[in-house]
Amino acid sequence: MAKRSAPEINAGSMADIAFLLLIFFLVTTTMDIDTGITRRLPPPIDNPDENIDVKDRNVLKILVNSHDMLLVDGKPGNIATLKDKAKDFMAIHPNDPEYPEIKEEEVEELGGKIVKLSKGVISLKNDRGTSYDMYIQVQNELARAFNEMKDDASLTHYGVKYTQLVDEEKMKVINKLVPVRVSEAEPEDIGGGN
Amino acid sequence: MSKFKTKKGKGSAAINTSSLPDIIFMLLFFFMVTTVMREVTVMVKQNMPSASEVQKLERKSLVSFIYIGEPKDSQLGTNARIQLNDVFANVEDVPLFVAREKEARDEADRKLLTTSLKVNGETKMGVVTDVKQELRKANALKINYSTKKVKAEDLRKR
Repeated sequence: MAKRSAPEINAGSMADIAFLLLIFFLVTTTMDIDTGITRRLPPPIDNPDENIDVKDRNVLKILVNSHDMLLVDGKPGNIATLKDKAKDFMAIHPNDPEYPEIKEEEVEELGGKIVKLSKGVISLKNDRGTSYDMYIQVQNELARAFNEMKDDASLTHYGVKYTQLVDEEKMKVINKLVPVRVSEAEPEDIGGGN
Repeated sequence: MSKFKTKKGKGSAAINTSSLPDIIFMLLFFFMVTTVMREVTVMVKQNMPSASEVQKLERKSLVSFIYIGEPKDSQLGTNARIQLNDVFANVEDVPLFVAREKEARDEADRKLLTTSLKVNGETKMGVVTDVKQELRKANALKINYSTKKVKAEDLRKR
């Protein structure tokens, strides 16, 4: 007697069902990757009267008023030159009282090499009326200055740019040599109309 | 030698489509895995400013979003509003929102929670500063200013 085979299920429409699901997921998928400038807010201060004293020469003050105009170190500034100004300020200028102090530090990771580090801090202050667009532009220019300094430091110590570094240890060393020191002042109205 | 003679079909032979479902399923699984469902309807204008020094926002499950901007519905006025989840909110609601977002995450991941500020470019900094102050108080210190990515050379040409 012939062996009776199990009745075969018609799988011809399986592709159609799969197609249907596929099209649903194709339509609902959002592939956009969010990009942005990542910053760390300072932790809340317990005692607002207690200020950390930083020497005047160590601070580059950047003020943005409500008309989106810049005041860099007491002089009217321009967004186009802000990056170079920040870089120049954070660079090492030995024995120049106009520029921030320098500290020498021994870096173990570089074989105990003594490296000169600037004590400079960039202080950013904006008015309530400043546009967000301008604020982002300023933040972006400062980020660009620090990224370029990281690239320079990486080139001198490792021969490649910071963005091309693969070793995380090396990245850490560069981040130690070029710390992103942008401080945002406690908000207050610095005027200039609303 | 008729034993080796092959039967010659007339016309073109039908293509075997039995592996078609497999291929479609493969694509389907790819999209199923990569899909992130849109969770909120944004009710404020979102014209992000451009920046060149941007980082990718990694681990989307650890990001909570705060939308700030002028309401899309012009009946609600032109003042910048804060949107948390699906509702308009005030600055005072931000700490509760952060606490809820933290609550929803795994204990170990809470420290890594990033708050992404999606702010319309025309917004004044006042409301953004207020939100930032609330975030500081709520101890959500990792923030990300959401921006469009452009090349540094193109940034000045606008």
